[in-house]
Amino acid sequence: MRNRFFAELAAAAVANPDIVLITADIGFGAVEEFVSRCPDQFVNAGVAEQNMTGLATGMALAGARVFTYSIANFPTLRCLEQIRNDVAYHHADVTVVAVGGGLAYGALGMSHHATEDLAIMRSIPGLAVAAPGDAVETSAVMGELLANGGPAYLRLGKSGEPDVHPRQMRLCRGESIPIRSGGGQLAVFSTGAILDATLKAADLLAQAGVRADVRSFPWLDPLDTVAVQDAANRYDTIVTVEEHSITGGLGSAVAEILAELPGSAPLIRVALPARFSSLVGDQDHLRRAHGLDPAAISARVLEQLEVNRGLAAQAR
Amino acid sequence: MTAGAVSTAGLARAIRAHVLRMTHTGRSSHVGSALSCADILAVLYGGVLEVDPGRPDRPDRDRFLMSKGHAGSALYAALAERGFFDPALLGQHYRNGSFLSGHVSHVGVPGVDLSTGSLGHGLSIGAGLAWRARQTGQAWRAYVLLGDGECDEGSVWEAAMFAAHHRLSALVAIVDYNKLQSLGSTEETIALEPFADKWRAFGWRVSEVDGHDHRQLSQTLAVPRGAPPDRPLCVLAHTVKGKGVSFMENQVLWHYRPPSDEELAGALAEVAR
Repeated sequence: MRNRFFAELAAAAVANPDIVLITADIGFGAVEEFVSRCPDQFVNAGVAEQNMTGLATGMALAGARVFTYSIANFPTLRCLEQIRNDVAYHHADVTVVAVGGGLAYGALGMSHHATEDLAIMRSIPGLAVAAPGDAVETSAVMGELLANGGPAYLRLGKSGEPDVHPRQMRLCRGESIPIRSGGGQLAVFSTGAILDATLKAADLLAQAGVRADVRSFPWLDPLDTVAVQDAANRYDTIVTVEEHSITGGLGSAVAEILAELPGSAPLIRVALPARFSSLVGDQDHLRRAHGLDPAAISARVLEQLEVNRGLAAQAR
Repeated sequence: MTAGAVSTAGLARAIRAHVLRMTHTGRSSHVGSALSCADILAVLYGGVLEVDPGRPDRPDRDRFLMSKGHAGSALYAALAERGFFDPALLGQHYRNGSFLSGHVSHVGVPGVDLSTGSLGHGLSIGAGLAWRARQTGQAWRAYVLLGDGECDEGSVWEAAMFAAHHRLSALVAIVDYNKLQSLGSTEETIALEPFADKWRAFGWRVSEVDGHDHRQLSQTLAVPRGAPPDRPLCVLAHTVKGKGVSFMENQVLWHYRPPSDEELAGALAEVAR
């Protein structure tokens, strides 16, 4: 995902000298191609995220199209007010890019778990929020961002995620992507790099006799409200899956829509608990520990379906 | 494009009178901070800045960033006097339904380059503007007015390091150094001294001027347009908080209090002299 982002950005920057990349001293092994092809469009701001974001605003107010880049929470939470007051309030053409969304940097510890970013970025007025599910979605989101600009937040996974989509696609801002739509009983919505695990969970559900359609949401803001409303009419139950706190992410966004629909479908939110994790482990280990691996996602959905049917006690 | 004919002394008097009336009518704060920087703004908008009130967004204008956004009344007054909008609108400052907020906001206010109000944001944005001016071969300059208390913010020094490293000669930081911040003096709060040495150590040229002396200010602030890469300039403007109104000068109280009817009359008489 990360490498695809840089490939798309470098290709665009070669053709458009207004594109500027600022990093806060992050990107070893990733930024080199951009730097060699577009040296005059690259700035390493050093370990100074507030300044990076202010610089980006200044450049954008004078016509540049800026991407700021760092890992985990550093380009977002560390300089949140610069994003709110400077980038967003001035509608500056800045896209804030974080690599390592969710638990991608799991073993580095709590400081590197980007697990509230979507909630916080989603709450800033005028800031588009994207969390693509694989490299193909990353290209599609980048194509839209390069065409229509910021203010935006782009949450990437890491590098080496499996490709879910077989071929390139184009996306409008806010568009979600149906991946499996065979008239299943469940609609499963996924955002970000957990998409592959979500699909595997859907396979397990199918083996258990529950047909689940899957839709990826690479955009959280704007959100594909129509797809959510449509699903509320057509499915018995909606499931959201995200590698993010249960507070404020995709599950919350979908809940906000469903809550205002009369007679809407029940919702099952699969997400991280609103607690810090001090466990040491890689992404796969922490996903398993927090119930975000395919088996746990599928088990959680099956259990909740039983609860909803009145066949199991809700207390656990 | 420049306003060589504008009397900066007259402009400063007008800014001070507007600020007093605005804070009185709107019952708003920071009259002392606004009076402190009135002469700096008068010299900038009276001649140093190449700006065009008829076309406030023209791309080759100099940029001015009021990083000490709490002195917004002074900036609004300078812009109105300079012809960016009708001075009669200043009466709406801080009032319900107005766009003239206590801290600087660009929405609906022609001539404002940047909304501020949270301290420590302006210098980074000024550095980004100056970097972009060089990248695109433009000659315009970016002036950033900082408060002295604002220099407690770490982000100011992040930007200071960056600007010196990149030799952003189009960037001018002006510190309104009145030595009073919110609860007391700068030295008893978080000592800034040796302040000039700090900026020099960060790689800046430093000029110390009397921030109420228009000749010193205009000579120092008029850095050449399109200068080759060099150290950025920091102007430490030694000022008096509440300058021009005897009973407001050097009093922390006037960081907060709007003038009463009687105080307004006396203050207006003083600043008209």
